[in-house]
This record gives sequence, C-alpha cells and structure tokens, in this order.
Amino acid sequence: MTPLPVSIAAAVASFLLLVVVFELIRSRRLRERYALLWLLTGVVLLALSLWRGGLNTIAGWFGVETYPPAILGAIGALFILVVLLHYSTVISRLSDQNTILAQRLALLEQRVREG
Amino acid sequence: MAEQLGELERIAIVPALNEEETVGRVIGEIRAFDPGFDIVVVDDGSTDRTAGVAADRGAHVLRLPFNLGIGGAMQTGFRFAFEHGYDIAVQIDGDGQHDPQQLSKILAPVLSGEADLCVGSRFTGDGAYRSTFARRVGIKIFAGVVSAVVRQKVTDTTSGFRAVNRRGIALFAADYPHDYPEVEATVMLVKHKLRLQEVPVEMRERGGGASSITAVRSVYYMTKVLLAIFVGLFRRYAVPFEEEHR
Repeated sequence: MTPLPVSIAAAVASFLLLVVVFELIRSRRLRERYALLWLLTGVVLLALSLWRGGLNTIAGWFGVETYPPAILGAIGALFILVVLLHYSTVISRLSDQNTILAQRLALLEQRVREG
Repeated sequence: MAEQLGELERIAIVPALNEEETVGRVIGEIRAFDPGFDIVVVDDGSTDRTAGVAADRGAHVLRLPFNLGIGGAMQTGFRFAFEHGYDIAVQIDGDGQHDPQQLSKILAPVLSGEADLCVGSRFTGDGAYRSTFARRVGIKIFAGVVSAVVRQKVTDTTSGFRAVNRRGIALFAADYPHDYPEVEATVMLVKHKLRLQEVPVEMRERGGGASSITAVRSVYYMTKVLLAIFVGLFRRYAVPFEEEHR
C-alpha cells in the first residue's frame, strides 16, 4: 500500500496544478485548447492519489508489489510526455505560420514601396 | 424593413473556407434581399477559388494567410466592420445553409432596439431540422447550460446566422472566442450586459463543403466549450463603451 503521506502530498500537488491551470485560464494567460491536457493530467493524478486501492490494483497489474507510488510517477511522466509532444506540434504549426506571415509581409512591403 | 434600414451602414460578413461553389450564390442572394448591404467575405485560408469568386462578384475580400478557424475569421470581419464604422453587421455562412431571404427576421429585433444580438434559431420554429442523435444530445446540453448561465431561454447556441448592432460589433471586434465561437460569444455578450434575442428561422441543407465539426472532434468541442463557459463564470466583465475600443 502507498504510504499515507505520499498519497496526501500527491493529492495536494495535483490539486494545486488544477488550481493554477484554472487561474491561468481565468486570467486569460492560457487558452482553453492548451489547458485541456493539463487539466486531464491533474484530474487523473488527483484521482489516483486519492483512490489508494485503485493505485494498488494498477501497480499489481504491472507486477509492482513493493512500492505502488512508482506507478503514480510513471503515469505523471507519461502525461508530461504527451503534453510535450503536443507542444512540439503546436510550435511546428506556429513556426510554419510565422514563415508565411513574414513572406506575406515582405511581398506587401515591396508592393507599398514600388506600387 | 427597407425604410428602417435606410440610413444605416450595414454589412454582411461571410466566413468561407473552400466555398467556391456556393459563395457566389450567397453574395447574389444577399444583394437580392437588400442591395444596400456591403459584403465582406473572410476567406479563412481556402485552397480553391473562394476569394476569386467573391472578388469577381464585387464583395470585399479579406484573405487570411492561413486557416484561423471560424472564430478568428469572424473576428476579422467584425474588426473590418468596426473600423469602417458600420452600424449593423450580419453573419451569413458561405456554404449556403443560411437563406438571406430570412435576414429580415434576425434584423427586426436589432433594428427596433430590442436586442444587440439576434440569433436565428433552427429549433424554435417550424424549420425542419434533421440531425444525428449524438448531435441532438449535444445541442440540448448546450441549450440547457447556456440558458442557465444567461438566465434566458436559448435553443440554438451554435447557429451562425446572426445580426448585431454597433455595440455588438465593437465588443466582438475587441474580443471574440477562438475555436468554436458561437456558444461562447453568446454567453460573453450577455455577461457584458448586451441584450440577446433568438428568432425562429429555417435553414437549408449545406450547399457545399463539409461541417466544420466531425464526429471525432465533437467530444473535444463539447469539453472545450463547456470549460470555457465554466471558467467564464469566474471572470469579471466590464460593460463596454464603443469608443473604448478605438
């Protein structure tokens, strides 16, 4: 079984993540579309921190008998990986759009200068 | 209707994505309804001749350098309407599903001063509307949530057939939701103390193109919009004045 202090600390941490993400959306520093993955991360981690029996069962599936919270860390790492991969696609799109904008601006400037 | 419109500077904003087959007809139908309407087609990164067709028919064309989504496209139209001093703007999709003959229905409450935004609803009236079961459930959920938040009965939250006055133009030019904007825009408008009204309209089958919402995306859509509405409940909204946005 997961030691109680670990469960409490994990629950507090994931709850804080949810609160911070919520406040970032509310103050319009984070758009909803980029917040959804973070919220999902927070909700899953919070659920697994509070539902200690469930975490035990999942740890059992993977043969982790000695220290179930390792699963919590693994799931957290998995979600962070997904978020990072998502951001890589977002950055790629932004970079493509930035190129198009610069090209369009150059064409427009040329037209204004010589037109 | 004609004499009420008389002096008012009015514009039809037509968002279009790969709508070359229908956008020309939509422009013609808006002119047929009222030649006094200026028309701006916002081409949201089409890869077909949408922009060319629209320009040939004498519409103003704003070509976005890449796809911004319907929210970004509509806000471009509202910015255009705001900067050029229009009094009234209507939104009509470029795919032909909105019938410009019905513009008088959504214009009436705005012209009479009863509403700042008037939305044409497919559901309150006799317009037969067929849809999949999942979509009908989604529509019901949105209608319930939005009605509760704005404390007013709303039946068709996703309708893009709308008319707004100068206050609405000013608000939407300054701030408009990004991805799937209609639901959020409706809530935002009421939070800013502008008045909303819904009137029944009939809509047609889409003339071309495909719905922007596929089955796979609808879950993301629902979650994102419901999250936006929920977080929006905790924001403070300033009541806008027109000049503030200049």
